[in-house]
Amino acid sequence: MINNSRLILAHFWLAFISFAIAIVLGAWQMLIRTPLHSSFGTSDWYFRSVTAHGSIMAYVFPTLVSMGFGYAISELSLKRPLAGVQAAWVGFFVLLAGSVIASLTISAGEASVLFTFYPPLIGNPLFYVGLVLIVLGSWIWVALMSINLRYWKRENPGKPVPLAMYANVASSYLWGWTALGATLELILQILPVAAGLRTTIDAGLARLFFSWTLHAIVYFWLMPAYIAYYTIVPRAIGGRLYSDTMGRVSFILFLVVAMPIGIHHLYTDPEVGAGFKFMHSTLTALVALPTLLTVFTICASVETAARLRGGKGWFGWVKALPWQNPMMLAVTFSFLLLGFGGAGGIINMSYQLDTSIHNTQWVTAHFHLIYGGAIVIMYFAIAYDLWPHLTGRELGNVALIRAQLWTWFIGIVVTTFPWHYVGLLGMPRRMAYYDYSNPTLSPQALSVVVSAVGGIVVVISALLFLAILWKGHRGRRVDPGVYRFSTPIYEPARPLVALHSYGLWLTLMIGLTAVNYGFPIIQMASQGHSVSAVYVGANR
Amino acid sequence: MNEAREEALFSLANRWFVGSVTFTAALAIVSALVGLIILPRLQSDVVDLKGLWDSICSAAGVAARPSSETPVEATFVTSTVQLNPGRFAHPSAESIARGKAIARTCAACHGGVDGTRAKFPSPNLAGQPAGAIFKQLRDYQTGARVSVVMRQYVQALSEQDALDLSAYYAQARREAEPVRLGMREPPIVAIGSPTRNVPACGSCHGSGDLKIGTPWLDGQPVVYLRAQLAAYASGRRTNDIDKQMRNIARNMSSAEIDEAARYYASRP
Repeated sequence: MINNSRLILAHFWLAFISFAIAIVLGAWQMLIRTPLHSSFGTSDWYFRSVTAHGSIMAYVFPTLVSMGFGYAISELSLKRPLAGVQAAWVGFFVLLAGSVIASLTISAGEASVLFTFYPPLIGNPLFYVGLVLIVLGSWIWVALMSINLRYWKRENPGKPVPLAMYANVASSYLWGWTALGATLELILQILPVAAGLRTTIDAGLARLFFSWTLHAIVYFWLMPAYIAYYTIVPRAIGGRLYSDTMGRVSFILFLVVAMPIGIHHLYTDPEVGAGFKFMHSTLTALVALPTLLTVFTICASVETAARLRGGKGWFGWVKALPWQNPMMLAVTFSFLLLGFGGAGGIINMSYQLDTSIHNTQWVTAHFHLIYGGAIVIMYFAIAYDLWPHLTGRELGNVALIRAQLWTWFIGIVVTTFPWHYVGLLGMPRRMAYYDYSNPTLSPQALSVVVSAVGGIVVVISALLFLAILWKGHRGRRVDPGVYRFSTPIYEPARPLVALHSYGLWLTLMIGLTAVNYGFPIIQMASQGHSVSAVYVGANR
Repeated sequence: MNEAREEALFSLANRWFVGSVTFTAALAIVSALVGLIILPRLQSDVVDLKGLWDSICSAAGVAARPSSETPVEATFVTSTVQLNPGRFAHPSAESIARGKAIARTCAACHGGVDGTRAKFPSPNLAGQPAGAIFKQLRDYQTGARVSVVMRQYVQALSEQDALDLSAYYAQARREAEPVRLGMREPPIVAIGSPTRNVPACGSCHGSGDLKIGTPWLDGQPVVYLRAQLAAYASGRRTNDIDKQMRNIARNMSSAEIDEAARYYASRP
């Protein structure tokens, strides 16, 4: 059993309940965009819903999963009680308060600006205050992860830092640094305008600050999934991790190169110079590297497991894999969808190819495929793996878990593949209403309907997931034994300081950020081009 | 046991340090060289570059020279009003009182003093957002909006008079019309026609949201609304910002113009 199971369960349950709310909203949005829904009203409710869905899925849900998983990793991998439990609870309640404040403001129709804020649109200041609280709550976690590792290092000088904790702290540092962009945007630019102290805003600079956060945040979402690939999957399927070093190098690469790439979201923004767009494009291409390393290492680890189970031949070993094991299914689905999503991502990061899909439904489909397909399915797997250790009870029906993972996989494919297709046909994103009676749009109608059906399958799967976890609190009492992370095939004989510390990598991360963002920020800030704020929902 | 500690990380003897710093620096330098120097030079057929510094400036987004093209001059007077949400917030009681005194002249046609309504077919001004009234007053003064009748009334107004009038009308209430059966919101008001680039009327003019400088259309006479949309469509009225309303009205069918006008007129 885990000592701080209440703390971790609180994070997970808040995460999963908010996830359930957001996913139902998402499915409703998909449905009312289809031709199946003929009644029209103003788009007000649609944009409230999109704002809530995005804010929860981007800020609340993955942050809470990372925090809960992080506390579990700290205790389980360092084998010492978590230091700062009270501070962790403070972080949780700050985050909870922020989520409630932001949600109420969105529900009241006072902040329909979407999770990306889109200045000069300005909502009620409480919405932004709520989001700042969410970030502040999570920064407590960032500090605690670092402190816990420091205590452990002091007690265990010269010992190799466990891979799970090494990756976990890397993830927290990545979040700490990447969240700074949006936080600066909120505090320096948006909040003064929302509070009425200023009535104009430098929308270009605000977008630039947001891009600082907007791409690396995706890697922060990915981190728990990657940690699970390396430190849970090989053990869960009865194998060993092919290379511990490769894991460390991958997490280091994420830390260094995931950050200074956000301007690829601003390819069509005339205020940013083409040269900087190219520089960000180059580094975006490089982020594929840690993913390729990971896919290689995990496939090798999986093959090891298969061969230990008697698998033979070049490809014959695939049959020997434990396909009844939910973790095997989860990692397979996750990799398949990561492959498709990654291929789409290469199009988005190319300066020229991006122009054909920019601001179309292709982009929305892409990030739903990566996020829902590759990332969230691993969050499920993490929860399933940890649950008996958190509750001290049996999780129950494995067939039901497999059904949940299968429906999720099918649902995501059915949702996102046609969604990509309509994007290629030119369907714009961020719209509440499409007139399918128009001959230019009518060929998109079928794909949109299929996609919405996929959305409903995904909702059913998500509810099944919650039901399984809920039932897990009522299962038979069992002793889950000692929790174990994967062991590598070759234990490192002597820990290299570079692969067991962060100083060098954080220096490079900050240095590259300065090179890639420094000039554009100084240039825009010195020009001071401001436009009039457009207040949302403030009138009648 | 303390081997790892003894190994210095930030040292030229550490190959991880040397390798990673070299790799990162090389990456930054090569991408900057290609992005800031080589690519702009390859595009020199479309961008007129005078040298190395020029290409760096161009790629970094610094305008080296202003565009040589002369801007197109409008053949009519364009609106010069600058609207800013802060300008109309929290008017003083004195300003409102002064506005009320001036409004007595306007009330003969536009109503709004002591709860009166406008005389058909003039628009109702009571409850109109201050920004909308201010903009129209200034546009009549400069000639950006043309009206033989209105011109004579607005000529003597100072900027402060216009602000006072706007402040007064923004808080004034008008007599409610006898209850009329509400008309269902037509699609053009609720959702517009995205494929023809017509946004929903309601997203700026009320029922959905209201944007600064745009008038509140509820309860305006149907004849007035129809006439304004027709004037925008034909290009007789030109004081809209960035041709917004001209482009919208031109893309609306006459049935949609009629529906939108009747819908707003039917609201209290």
